[in-house]
Amino acid sequence: MSSQTEILRRTSLHSTHLHHGARIVPFAGWEMPVQYTGIIEEHQAVRSRAGLFDVSHMGEIVVEGPRALPLLRRLVTNDVAQLEVGRGLYTPMCYPNGGIVDDLTIFRVAPARYLLVVNAATTAKDLAWVEDHRGGATVRDISREMALVALQGPAAPRILSALTTAPLNELRAFDAIPKVNIAGRRVFLSRSGYTGEDGFEIGPAWDDAPAIWGALLEAGAADGLVPVGLGARDTLRLEAGFMLYGNDIDETTSPLEAPLGWTVKWEKGDFIGRETLARQREQGPTRKLVGLTVEGRAVARQGYPLRREGRPVGAVTSGTFSPTLQVNIALGYVPRDLAAVGAELEVEVRGHAVPVRVTRLPFYRARK
Amino acid sequence: MYPEHLHYTREHEWARIENGRVRVGITQFAAERLSDVVFIELPAPGSTVKQLQPFGVIESVKAVSDLYAPVSGTVAEVNPVLAERPELINKDPYGDGWMLVVELSNPAELQELMSADEYRRLIGDGEA
Repeated sequence: MSSQTEILRRTSLHSTHLHHGARIVPFAGWEMPVQYTGIIEEHQAVRSRAGLFDVSHMGEIVVEGPRALPLLRRLVTNDVAQLEVGRGLYTPMCYPNGGIVDDLTIFRVAPARYLLVVNAATTAKDLAWVEDHRGGATVRDISREMALVALQGPAAPRILSALTTAPLNELRAFDAIPKVNIAGRRVFLSRSGYTGEDGFEIGPAWDDAPAIWGALLEAGAADGLVPVGLGARDTLRLEAGFMLYGNDIDETTSPLEAPLGWTVKWEKGDFIGRETLARQREQGPTRKLVGLTVEGRAVARQGYPLRREGRPVGAVTSGTFSPTLQVNIALGYVPRDLAAVGAELEVEVRGHAVPVRVTRLPFYRARK
Repeated sequence: MYPEHLHYTREHEWARIENGRVRVGITQFAAERLSDVVFIELPAPGSTVKQLQPFGVIESVKAVSDLYAPVSGTVAEVNPVLAERPELINKDPYGDGWMLVVELSNPAELQELMSADEYRRLIGDGEA
């Protein structure tokens, strides 16, 4: 939460959001739209049609030069060496103790140039961490030059195809086109997102975002495209089982405790955190982050204690009512022996024990 | 948006006097701020509530908030529909979205509540 005295930053779409009737809240040092018409309505628009998000608060860092690849191979757990130009990946970036600095996406935008898209709240920390290990690579923070909007939902490809001649149907998930024309503006384009639906992330120059936004809304009007705030972004990502840095993962959790073991590429050689993580893998992590389905209508929120027959075993890290599944869902850390799908636990909601059951992630998967 | 014949609390509940009893709900301002109510926890009929003390909990997708009793007394009725259809609080906060009917124990407490005008001033012009 922000204090009154903190100066909040605004994206180039701020007045556009006000015009749409958005409710603006402080988020990670920014004034951001939490909702326009209502979280559930916006959520359902993305699942059934399409939604447009302003995520310009996210940070963008360019790492380039001949030393860029060795630097990134060492900094993150996933293997950047596998990326061809125009490909991206999702990865945690770890401390030597295996704790997570941030989770991010990395796109190879030129033979020796990579674009890192990082969380808003951690941009400064990430930048300092990358620069500290720079070792001859060039590191540039372009967060103030590049805006970011996400077009998400089953209608996203059709909507975007009206505004570009780019071969969208050739783009697979995590494919990117570093420079492409959309609605007459030069942008970065990737097939990616944080909703569990098909969609694109579009990075125009900072001041071009309103033009891109307007063109997309106009092109998408017939398909029911609507602006979507951070409220629905959170319910969408939680249904899709995506981690939220600061809630589900942070400096005290490891990728192996979170369900991110698939992002740790052991065969690539050394990387920061490897030694600790290898030991954790050998012994098995003592706790695991699991999906939980919550009985009843009360929401199991972040910090609520998890118990097994009354004994404290962990805590909820994220929780919401799922608009798609119409049940309450949550994520939380529990001891390894209670992490199996079907395990029965309780969450303490305002003094009451409410039954929860460990559930396979993701809670929701889009139909192909 | 803020009917003249209701009494209001600073915590955004309304109270309507009905034959010596008081019907209770939350204001349109509160319903809009919360948006998308997904759960409400209300006291059982027969329990007592105390003026400006929490009597229940309301949850939206984003947040959980306490509900404060506008008056002290005994709970005579609880809206039975809200358990299954909490969204009525958003759709019709002064009508189908009512929460409790309270048997007043101290009618003088009504003096402590705000008029519609005072409530509009509290929330700043009445525009949420």
